[in-house]
Amino acid sequence: MTVFIHKESERRPDEALYDHIIPAGEGWMRDLRPGQVLRIVDLEGNQAADTLFYDAENPEDHYSAVQTIAGQQNIYLTTGSVLRAESGKPLLTIVADTCGRHDTLGGACSAQSNTVRYAHETLPMHNCRDTFMLQLAKRGDGYTKRDLAPNINFFMNVPVTPEGGLTFADGVSAPGRYVEMRAETSVTALISNCPQLNNPCNAYNPTPVRVLIWES
Amino acid sequence: MSSIVWSLELAPGAKWSGAIARGRLVRFTALEAGANVSMLLYNADDKTERYNMPDTLKAQYTSHLTKGHVLMSDNGRVLASIVEDGLGWHDTIGGCTTREATAAKYGTTSFQRERNDWLRNGRDNLAGELVRCGLGMRDLGPVVNLFSKVYCDEDGNTIFVPGHCPAGASVTLRLEMNALLVLSNTPHPLDPATAYPSSPVAIEVLPADPVDPATDPCVLRRPENRRAFENTWSYFALLGQ
Ligand SMILES: [Zn+2]
Repeated sequence: MTVFIHKESERRPDEALYDHIIPAGEGWMRDLRPGQVLRIVDLEGNQAADTLFYDAENPEDHYSAVQTIAGQQNIYLTTGSVLRAESGKPLLTIVADTCGRHDTLGGACSAQSNTVRYAHETLPMHNCRDTFMLQLAKRGDGYTKRDLAPNINFFMNVPVTPEGGLTFADGVSAPGRYVEMRAETSVTALISNCPQLNNPCNAYNPTPVRVLIWES
Repeated sequence: MSSIVWSLELAPGAKWSGAIARGRLVRFTALEAGANVSMLLYNADDKTERYNMPDTLKAQYTSHLTKGHVLMSDNGRVLASIVEDGLGWHDTIGGCTTREATAAKYGTTSFQRERNDWLRNGRDNLAGELVRCGLGMRDLGPVVNLFSKVYCDEDGNTIFVPGHCPAGASVTLRLEMNALLVLSNTPHPLDPATAYPSSPVAIEVLPADPVDPATDPCVLRRPENRRAFENTWSYFALLGQ
């Protein structure tokens, strides 16, 4: 595989069937039909869009970091990456990417993991897993915390070293960078636009992202 | 090390699940070279709480596990600590094999034809045990692959290291919570060996010495580890245990 396949999209925002801004700290959950294309835009740069996918026909089959990594034998995502479910089923394919690196290992922040990573006093702070759980609660459909698998962090840079270390590097994203992916089946997308205030990756300043959807 | 509470020889292709109490050691020993045991962990008393790969790796700035590391739950607590390790590296990102991948790599086998010599795979083994424990496919997530080494090069390519596990290699977990362990003795999915790798693995459960927060290497390894232990001790203090 490769490091970064820079590919711009031909799609025009004014032809999108859906166009929405997700403010920092907010969630978003929506179904995509097969062939529909989802673009996530990092409006101000270095914002982490924590994202999960489910097979809409079988919501128990969630996005799987390890199936995705195993399928391409590489931990980073870029143009051409196939995002797979736990069963191995392809859920989406990344068809354009102007960012360069998207994280598969870092997961989402939570109140509890914030106490571990930063300080016990961070327990009341807003976090991604609260956002995920609120979206799942509003959706119903039998989704529970069990369905919160390790997610993708679009626009986030979490390099792994050959010696087995894991680091948090400065972002490789910038204002206006985007990633675009085509649904290969009926997919439910769940995004938490990360409210993390303890992480220097985003200069301690969470910012909005934009989501657009096109018909194939 | 005389007081072994329980032991089992996990045959190649075999699976096992069961609850093991906090304060016990679980020692895994590869009886032949090239072992791989895929492992999932859950809080035995509340199975919505489980081993969380990203939380474990992020908090300890590591992509692999060895002595001194802890396995964290998705609720900010320590499910288990690695207190002894002769190998220095256990894989966290490789996942487990599937029936399709096993057939593609080693040839199609079935019980109908090969009887109990048919080639088992990690996902089916884990799925069956999960259902037996009241869980299901949705509870599957990244496993820890004991005895296997996978590293990433600078470009993020995942590379399996053959010959990492010699016969007799062992790793010992100390359980910090009552944990449901779900195990599958099936090959690592990235193992390039063309013959189905098969090493029996001995599992022994022993009592652990009490954790001394002032000296314990797993507690002291990082401030993050200490806070995760503090969360764990609070959990049991609230339960009066
Ligand atoms: Zn977050």
